[in-house]
Amino acid sequence: MSASNTTTITSVGAPNRRNTELALLVFAVLIPVFAYANVGLAKNGSVPAGLLGYGVGLGLLAGVAHLLVRKFAPYSDPLMLPIATLLNGLGLVLIWRLDLEPLGPAMAPKQLMWSTVGVALFIVVLVFLKDHRILQRYTYISMVVALVLLVLPVFFPPVYGARIWVTLPGIGSLQPGEFAKIVITVFFAGYLMVKRDALALASRRVMGLYLPRGRDLGPILVIWAMSLLILIFETDLGTSLLFFGLFVIMLYVATERTSWIVFGLLLSSAGAVAVASSEPHVKVRVTNWLHPLATVNGDVTETAQSRYAFGSGGLFGSGLGQGYSRLIGGIAPKSDYILATVGEELGLAGVMAVLLLYGLLIERGIRTALAARDPFGKLLAIGLSGAFALQVFVVAGGVTGLIPLTGMTMPFMAQGGSSVIANWALVAILLRISDTARRPAPSPAPSPDAEATQVVRSQ
Amino acid sequence: MNKPLRRVAVFCGLLVLALLLRVNYVQFVQAGQLANDPKNRRVAINQYAQPRGDIIVDGKAITGHTETTGSDFKYKRTYTDGAMWAPVTGHASQAYGTTFLEGVEDKFLTGDDDRLFFNRTIDLLTGKQRQGGNVVTTLNPKAQKAAFTGLGDKKGAVVALDPQTGAILAMASTPSYDPSTIAGNSLTDQKNWIALDKKNNPDDPTQNRALRISYPPGSTFKLVTAAAALENGKYPDIDAKTTSPDPYTPQGTTVPLRNEGHIKCKDVSLRDALKVSCNTVFGKLGADLGEKAMLDEAEKFGFNKEQFVPVRAAASNFDTDMSTDKVAQSSIGQYDTAATPLQMAMVASAIANNGVLMQPYEVDKLVAPNLSTISQTTPKEMSKPLSPENAQKLQSMMETVVNDGTGKNAKIAGVRVGGKTGTAQHGVNNDKAPYAWFVSYAMTDHGSPVAVAVVVEDGSANRDDISGGGLAAPIAKAVMEAVLNK
Repeated sequence: MSASNTTTITSVGAPNRRNTELALLVFAVLIPVFAYANVGLAKNGSVPAGLLGYGVGLGLLAGVAHLLVRKFAPYSDPLMLPIATLLNGLGLVLIWRLDLEPLGPAMAPKQLMWSTVGVALFIVVLVFLKDHRILQRYTYISMVVALVLLVLPVFFPPVYGARIWVTLPGIGSLQPGEFAKIVITVFFAGYLMVKRDALALASRRVMGLYLPRGRDLGPILVIWAMSLLILIFETDLGTSLLFFGLFVIMLYVATERTSWIVFGLLLSSAGAVAVASSEPHVKVRVTNWLHPLATVNGDVTETAQSRYAFGSGGLFGSGLGQGYSRLIGGIAPKSDYILATVGEELGLAGVMAVLLLYGLLIERGIRTALAARDPFGKLLAIGLSGAFALQVFVVAGGVTGLIPLTGMTMPFMAQGGSSVIANWALVAILLRISDTARRPAPSPAPSPDAEATQVVRSQ
Repeated sequence: MNKPLRRVAVFCGLLVLALLLRVNYVQFVQAGQLANDPKNRRVAINQYAQPRGDIIVDGKAITGHTETTGSDFKYKRTYTDGAMWAPVTGHASQAYGTTFLEGVEDKFLTGDDDRLFFNRTIDLLTGKQRQGGNVVTTLNPKAQKAAFTGLGDKKGAVVALDPQTGAILAMASTPSYDPSTIAGNSLTDQKNWIALDKKNNPDDPTQNRALRISYPPGSTFKLVTAAAALENGKYPDIDAKTTSPDPYTPQGTTVPLRNEGHIKCKDVSLRDALKVSCNTVFGKLGADLGEKAMLDEAEKFGFNKEQFVPVRAAASNFDTDMSTDKVAQSSIGQYDTAATPLQMAMVASAIANNGVLMQPYEVDKLVAPNLSTISQTTPKEMSKPLSPENAQKLQSMMETVVNDGTGKNAKIAGVRVGGKTGTAQHGVNNDKAPYAWFVSYAMTDHGSPVAVAVVVEDGSANRDDISGGGLAAPIAKAVMEAVLNK
């Protein structure tokens, strides 16, 4: 191992960076507060009345989270909490800003509530999950839970063409897929940790590629079939892409076999082409992707409207509160297309900043995976970061027209309770792993035969 | 496990990089195109986000604005005497776009024009609302009023020019419409718009007949033929006898060309031929001069070319590649010859201005919101269809028409007036009500201040009553008087 800071096995005085986190959190709270004031000034010419409440609320959430991190995960990564807070805070401002347009009911208060629940879950995970390896015990339970979560929406009516919702009367609707993302990562990590040797070593070499044995091929085919089924029955391109990609990444990390990637890409592209050409809902998405500005029955489509929003934003944007992303219509600008509002009002500079924040969060997650000392922790961390990265790519790529649009939400920013809660939990688990990884090794107990044995510490 | 982890890290980095490249493409490379796409509603929203600049006639704005509610377009255009000025202003509608001056000078009126960049920057720095510039026109309100009321319920158009500069003094087209009624984007505006549509209103009120419709010019085209004859030295003396049989049968046909009514046209002089409007004389003149000479002269007057005043005017037509009999017919304004009222006003103005045709224009200057002049139109010579001597000969002939011939209705006491009537038959077998034309100019000691072309197309009038001298000449007279008494 190199002496770079990816390996943090040191025993003496490793800085825990909690003060760095605090300083960054101050910015992470102040930036959304300024943004909030900016919207009010632009829309009504006055600082919004709720500014103090909003600032204190966000500050409290961040402060409580920080204090508990100090107590329960003192060595965890200092960047993740501030980035998540900043993204969540900006998301709240954007939703509040869009609430000022005639787009239906106000959603910011509810989103603030969901964010609070999310931070609460974040705290619960940190407090009660003392060691991430406990999760390993629940490998097969996780599998069952994940399958149930994934299958559940099939029994509920579709919303906006995709069956990804579970409607609970009185509470609202949930997107179980967001939670399934975490649970299934736990299963993959546990399963692959046990099977990795069998998958990696028992293979035949054909044309330079290591092909797995038939019986080891089983699980990947099952996952592939499952993601295809999700695609067909729930018409949810994004989630199926996410799960399949996640599995391929984790399989590759576990086995170090490039053949899995080739195999995975072949299977996923075959599946995607088959479904895209048969499923009408997916077909529409692909058509919109290929012809973003085409009108349908003389009307400008959502896709075109979001593209116009990005284009009109230009380099520096119209300024918060001064754009017209509401033209996308309905609740779409608050959920799927929230990035379009960023693009129009904060410009290319703003979108790049937001994307870099996501990139930074992903990078810290992968760094955690590198630093983790146990294979389960490594797999879990890379799984969660990979899932997060894929989700960001699929959503942002879809909204900007890099790939066909799929019904997924931008983590932390977009309107939606399930997403924000699940992603806070995801960050909590990553923090837990990084805390374990960066925690200094306990100093060796004084041994009676210390003189006979010399302790050699690897640096 | 760290080697694949690093590779996954690179892969995730590439995903983010791909997103960054993509947003750069959308928001930088494609940005201008997307931001200005006409389907992008922001274009219209910005256009109506601040009051438009005004269109000004003789120091007074003929446009205005009002704030609208219940729409994302903040300001709506209003018009004073909208129907009268509609052929000049066109409309600026929140729902239906812009036309004519509102369209051509749209960027200047909204303040988007590059020439207003400095003003915009100052407004931006001082926090003032962006303002549009004003368009000052050359029109004469009295002349315009005379033209519009003169046309009245009749269908037709009037164009009056200042022959010495080319400035458009009047431009009327009837039936007209009030652009205020379609300026918004409400249901009422929509209803009004549909009612104005040509499908629902065959009179097509939004059409600008003065610039966009080419009518058969009939006998008024004989002015061009006479000019060609003089310029080519065919009959230098306008009072000398010509060699003109009556009836005249051009080469290549057996159908003789005849004259209307019982007028004496055999071998009459050019002056007399114009006075009573002899088809035989001018038909033969055209045929004798040949297509090339006729075409050259017509094109010097502006035929076969679109004019931009700066609003586009349709090209008037004089055919090419014709047989001699068709040249004869074309030379008396029949066959495929067609002219816009603007074109015929240009013919009269060139004659009145001693042979120099000035480029017609209707925008005098563009004025920034701070009242500084951004651009001023200077009168420009377009061509010289006639020598001064020949122009004066033709003036003399046209004055005879008004004093003793078919144009007596245009006589104004104390002023030299020259004119030419036209009654253009059209339709299969000439079965439709003919168009009544009158083109004229007035002359004072300081040159000619006004040249007018009037066309009246009126299907409802009694066919025998329609003649240039009867229907059109009084309107031309009223317009000339309005300019003279200014």
